[in-house]
Amino acid sequence: MSGAVPVAVHTDYILSDIAPAGGLSVSPWVALAYLAAGVLFILALRGLSSPSTSQRGNRYGMIGMGIAVVTTLLTHGLASLPEIGAAIAVGGGIGIITARRIKMTDMPQLVAAFHSLVGLAAVLVGWAAYLNPQAFGIAGPDGVIEAQSRVEMGLGIAIGAITFSGSVIAFLKLAGKMSGSPIMLPGRHVINLATLAAILGLIGWFTQDQGLWVIATVTVLAFAIGFLLIIPIGGADMPVVVSMLNSYSGWAAAAMGFTLHNTAMIITGALVGSSGAILSYIMCKAMNRSFISVIAGGFGAVAADGGEAREQRPWKRGSAEDAAFLLGEAEQVIIIPGYGMAVAQAQHVLREMGDLLKARGVRVKYAIHPVAGRMPGHMNVLLAEANVPYDDVFELEDINGEFAQTDVAFIIGANDVVNPAAKTDKTSPIYGMPVFDVEKAKTIMFIKRSMGGVGYAGVDNDVFYMDQTMMLLADAKKMVEDINKALAH
Amino acid sequence: MDFISTLSIFVMACFVGYYVVWSVTPALHTPLMAVTNAISSVIIVGALIAAAAAGSGYANWLGLIAVALASVNIFGGFAVTARMLAMYKKKDRPVPVAPAEKAK
Repeated sequence: MSGAVPVAVHTDYILSDIAPAGGLSVSPWVALAYLAAGVLFILALRGLSSPSTSQRGNRYGMIGMGIAVVTTLLTHGLASLPEIGAAIAVGGGIGIITARRIKMTDMPQLVAAFHSLVGLAAVLVGWAAYLNPQAFGIAGPDGVIEAQSRVEMGLGIAIGAITFSGSVIAFLKLAGKMSGSPIMLPGRHVINLATLAAILGLIGWFTQDQGLWVIATVTVLAFAIGFLLIIPIGGADMPVVVSMLNSYSGWAAAAMGFTLHNTAMIITGALVGSSGAILSYIMCKAMNRSFISVIAGGFGAVAADGGEAREQRPWKRGSAEDAAFLLGEAEQVIIIPGYGMAVAQAQHVLREMGDLLKARGVRVKYAIHPVAGRMPGHMNVLLAEANVPYDDVFELEDINGEFAQTDVAFIIGANDVVNPAAKTDKTSPIYGMPVFDVEKAKTIMFIKRSMGGVGYAGVDNDVFYMDQTMMLLADAKKMVEDINKALAH
Repeated sequence: MDFISTLSIFVMACFVGYYVVWSVTPALHTPLMAVTNAISSVIIVGALIAAAAAGSGYANWLGLIAVALASVNIFGGFAVTARMLAMYKKKDRPVPVAPAEKAK
């Protein structure tokens, strides 16, 4: 067993051979610098445990990245610094301009776009390592790449390619450039599993045959499966998709880290990989769905067909003035925002409404379901953007006991997350999903465009027809503006 | 570094990631995704090596493109995270507690 994989030799080989002779390129220091970068990345995530420490955490992350880049440049890159500098300037410029200009409601598609770039970068680095293995210290002078490195490289390229094409589809769906509804191919499970098996088989074969066709086929198949995996998933399942792609981008970085024996990349890859996996888990749990069923896709496509059988039931329509009166008289109001608020860009007027109510002595709280919006934490960012203090914003389990003491539950752009069928109707597609107990509130105000549409899950909502429910049918932003006008009188 | 040490670092980092990420407050899950995005672009290390290495023109070009792509992510990811985090504010209520505690 021992000595079967003589990898260690080559790490020293790159450092001593390519780096200029001098104190800076001493191998242990370089390794320590990458380790420091990895630790700083851990601290960056640790800072996010509270908004008060988060900004410092972000700075640790920047320092860590600076250390990793400068260390690499010092040991490898001095020769082609102008080209590299230009590439960094172009990329960095685009990045900063995008980050400054992007609207907060568009954050999910921005994150998806960024994921695709990590994926593509991983594919390119993998290919570069294949074409020039000596530079990465994974091949002898004869150009034969070590078997273990071939597997790592193959996995890195495959995961990177899946991340890339999957994220491109996710981006197109989130940006509304492609229909958000699931696209179902016949026999897609068989196609997907066969493609996956082919990829793994080819990576295995790659250890025997270093030929270009093997790695090229792996790349093409991985691009295809990333595409195939994401097209049948849509709408409210997007938070899981975005988290999952986040996870993949991490695993891709980790796989390349193995190829390069780079501590910073391995630590980061593991961090990002577990982060995305945990977020996917949280999202699935918040919808009471298994990860497999989300990945299998197609949710909502079937259920929506059953809509015609719905009986006509009486419901009450309210005006902005009615709503303003009841809100103004309330002691406590809980606002439940959903994706519709983001679509209507209603977060700012909503905060104004909250301020007007607070000025009248009303307690105003915001309740956020884990899967509200199109990515984890989407609603929190929008409320923060609108200057809602974060200690007014509560998670599902922290606030759900309060509805019985609440005068008005104000639902804006949410639907499935307040549907009591999730608690009572075993046949409902959303049965078992944790939901807000809005029916316990004295009055429910439900802002909705029209009575026709139902939530993403395609199920009717009993809340519409309850005695204490007032339907406010209008565009969310327009309705809240009208309520604000009435409140200001 | 041999494979086992590399693997050990990886496995330990997965555990660290597991505990650190569970401690992230759900309100910051969007910034979490943005910052993980930025740091996973540490793949730029590989891109820099490829861009700088002698031996293959194709590999250099692939490396340079990867450097540019990863830079979009690094600068964009950290900048957008900073922008989001700056928006999270506490309720600004008058805090008379602090002087009272000093008096004790």
